[in-house]
Amino acid sequence: MAAAARFFIRGANSRLSISGFGTGAQSCFGAALLRLSPGCSSRTKTQRRHASHFTYQPDPVPTQYGPTQKMNLFQSVTSALDNTLASDPTAVIFGEDVAFGGVFRCTVGLRDKYGKDRVFNTPLCEQGIVGFGIGVAVAGATAIAEIQFADYIYPAFDQIVNEAAKYRYRSGNLFDCGNLTIRAPWGCVGHGSLYHSQSPEAFFAHCPGIKVVIPRGPVQAKGLLLSCISDKNPCIFFEPKILYRAAVEQVPVEPYTIPLSQAEVLQEGSDVTLVAWGTQIHVMREVANMAQEKLGVSCEVIDLQTILPWDTETVCKSVVKTGRLLISHEAPITGGFAAEISSTVQEECFLNLEAPISRVCGYDTPFPHIFEPFYIPDKWKCLEAIKRMINY
Amino acid sequence: MNKMYGLCFHAVRQTAGLKSSRLLQRRAFRVSTLHRQQPFDSTLEKPQFPGASAEFVDQLEFIEPNVISGIPVYRVMDRQGNIINPSQDPQLSKETVLNFYQKMTMLNTMDRILYESQRQGRISFYMTNYGEEGTHIGSAAALNPNDLVFGQYREAGVLMYRGFSLDHFMAQCYANADDLGKGRQMPVHYGSKDLNFVTISSPLATQIPQAAGAAYAVKRENSNRAVICYFGEGAASEGDAHAGFNFSATLECPLIFFCRNNGYAISTPTNEQYRGDGIAARGPGYGMLSIRVDGNDVFAVYNATKEARRRAVAENQPFLIEAMTYRIGHHSTSDDSSAYRSVDEVNYWDKQDHPISRLRHYMTARGWWSEDDERSWRKQSRKTVMEAFERAERRLKPNPELLFTDVYQEMTPQLNKQRESLWRHVQQYKEHYPLDLYDK
Ligand SMILES: Cc1ncc(C[n+]2csc(CCOP(=O)(O)OP(=O)(O)O)c2C)c(N)n1
Ligand SMILES: [Mg+2]
Repeated sequence: MAAAARFFIRGANSRLSISGFGTGAQSCFGAALLRLSPGCSSRTKTQRRHASHFTYQPDPVPTQYGPTQKMNLFQSVTSALDNTLASDPTAVIFGEDVAFGGVFRCTVGLRDKYGKDRVFNTPLCEQGIVGFGIGVAVAGATAIAEIQFADYIYPAFDQIVNEAAKYRYRSGNLFDCGNLTIRAPWGCVGHGSLYHSQSPEAFFAHCPGIKVVIPRGPVQAKGLLLSCISDKNPCIFFEPKILYRAAVEQVPVEPYTIPLSQAEVLQEGSDVTLVAWGTQIHVMREVANMAQEKLGVSCEVIDLQTILPWDTETVCKSVVKTGRLLISHEAPITGGFAAEISSTVQEECFLNLEAPISRVCGYDTPFPHIFEPFYIPDKWKCLEAIKRMINY
Repeated sequence: MNKMYGLCFHAVRQTAGLKSSRLLQRRAFRVSTLHRQQPFDSTLEKPQFPGASAEFVDQLEFIEPNVISGIPVYRVMDRQGNIINPSQDPQLSKETVLNFYQKMTMLNTMDRILYESQRQGRISFYMTNYGEEGTHIGSAAALNPNDLVFGQYREAGVLMYRGFSLDHFMAQCYANADDLGKGRQMPVHYGSKDLNFVTISSPLATQIPQAAGAAYAVKRENSNRAVICYFGEGAASEGDAHAGFNFSATLECPLIFFCRNNGYAISTPTNEQYRGDGIAARGPGYGMLSIRVDGNDVFAVYNATKEARRRAVAENQPFLIEAMTYRIGHHSTSDDSSAYRSVDEVNYWDKQDHPISRLRHYMTARGWWSEDDERSWRKQSRKTVMEAFERAERRLKPNPELLFTDVYQEMTPQLNKQRESLWRHVQQYKEHYPLDLYDK
């Protein structure tokens, strides 16, 4: 229900005021509407959304790609799409409500700039969106499909898993849909509940033939998205929607790419390796600081960036050094991607491990609305896991 | 082949016979000969394909989509609330009509207060029903209370008509301890077992094939129940919608598909959603009886739903109602519709063609409703809503324990372990968790 888009709308005061039914005679509801009786507003503050569970830490200003501009994450996505439409005349962008700019504003202005045959709305049908995108790609053009929320990607599961992922293999490389990129807003947002909060990357990690990529901020988003678009394999690009506005960085204006399947060591350390991706990176960065301050523990923070195929080397090299590994994601723990990482690291680094590999993830429940503060793998849960690993 | 047909028929009769236990006698699995293929006869110069029966032609001609375009819009009242054709007047009592009006306006009042409360950050999200009140109340009134409802999310009036209390609406939106859904879903995802209203789910169109299955089961129960399934014209584009239509037709389900065609799916206007003549035009393609009604005419909606319900149950077949209306509000509190439609357009529907004003004209013309009645009802309804609102605002959130229940019917050992580890953790880090806001 485009719920999460509300933070883009909040504050943007609607020009349209709906007066109420009929003759508008009820429009007398105004500021006085919700004047509550005394004692009632005592809880008002706490009714509001819980304060953000992370502190966004911007990346340093990149110098190697030319001039930069201040952009938030949705603007950096727009910038990548803009670059693509400008340089690749075959590229088309489509999905639900994409034409007017998208419910998260990622395609604002592109229709006016490049025409409605290149940036357009589709009927409301995710299996159609992905199937259509595969077809565009098979015919040799560049397809950038938007699924309005990662939670609504499942009607397209068959097209992604049985079609996109297997096109090249089953045709003996006669046909492929490598020009397809699927974008979808992803992850928790504070009030999204079951169907506007999910992190479904693990479902797709079980699917050889596609790539799955998740950026941690605007600079990474643009570079990784452009890599996905130019990569000759179908890619799913999940965008942490809580960062669309919250994350602001200096982003290069010109196109640039950040290599896929390469993790990035954001902070070096010697005692514990912390692996995450997307929003959770910012929780981990804070946890690393807390561990240093409160426990005197030195953490190495790694942003995996590409979930499939993932960079085992960077992660294993770090664990060989630190001997301890904590992996954290919002998705349920059972069958989550942390399990895959843990298993591989255990195979590769068994003799280097000083403590069992630790996972701090979502519980094995749907993503709950009012219990979100208890559900998410927050910094306190991660810190506690580090304590336990150190004292093992 | 003739024989084979006979055989099949026999087999069907036999199964029917086998099943014609007491339970199934009244509403047996009728296999109506109408839906049955023609017997094969090779001497006739007619197409004998198993998939269709018609005549051969020798002119090359494509069927134009507009041969089925222009499905008329059924209405009972004009925009001024005058009955157009007396034979279509449902002749509802004054009391019934006043109840319609009070439910429609109460819904509108609740919407405005909850919308505003979201704006003030008191609840996280809201979706209004502005302009669609007639579709809700007209259809809900035509059903039996035990008919099962599968909704989309913009049908709060149906639930209100059935007697869902303001306290329950508010509790759900506040996700407080009184929420029947235990605080797990976003606002407006209501559900009520007692009122036969299946809990709303955000993923679109998923309820459509589910409604077909439910209608099939209800048919086998032989309990004089029907199922109604609401959805938007946008959701009708999903694959699930196709599945639901086709299943209910082939499996002969007593089901009313009620499409609220309100002109938009978030920002997407209907001309980017479909190219045929709306949703009603699809009915014939599925072998389904269909009608288009003026959704802002509560009596037209009532008549159409009543007749569809009667026949769905009597004849075991699905009906498709496309109620034409207009989404006067923003899609939700996440949306600013001025980015994709004009204020004039919205104002037209708000001021010139609103289901509530139309009904009010009707009541006024009959001398059933005065300015004074209006004034005092508004005051009273607002007060009632505000009181419920304040009660909900004061309530605590549900016990966090409920995070782990109902995943499965039973608590699994794995989940139990996770539950215990959360509690241990929260005890240790008390100051970082908003425990005081939650029920103990
Ligand atoms: C499978 C799925 N895709 C996308 C969405 C996001 N979404 C929520 S409501 C909506 C528009 C629905 O329009 P319509 O069916 O016409 O109902 P209306 O809002 O007009 O009542 C969309 C795209 C969703 N909830 N589920
Ligand atoms: Mg609609």
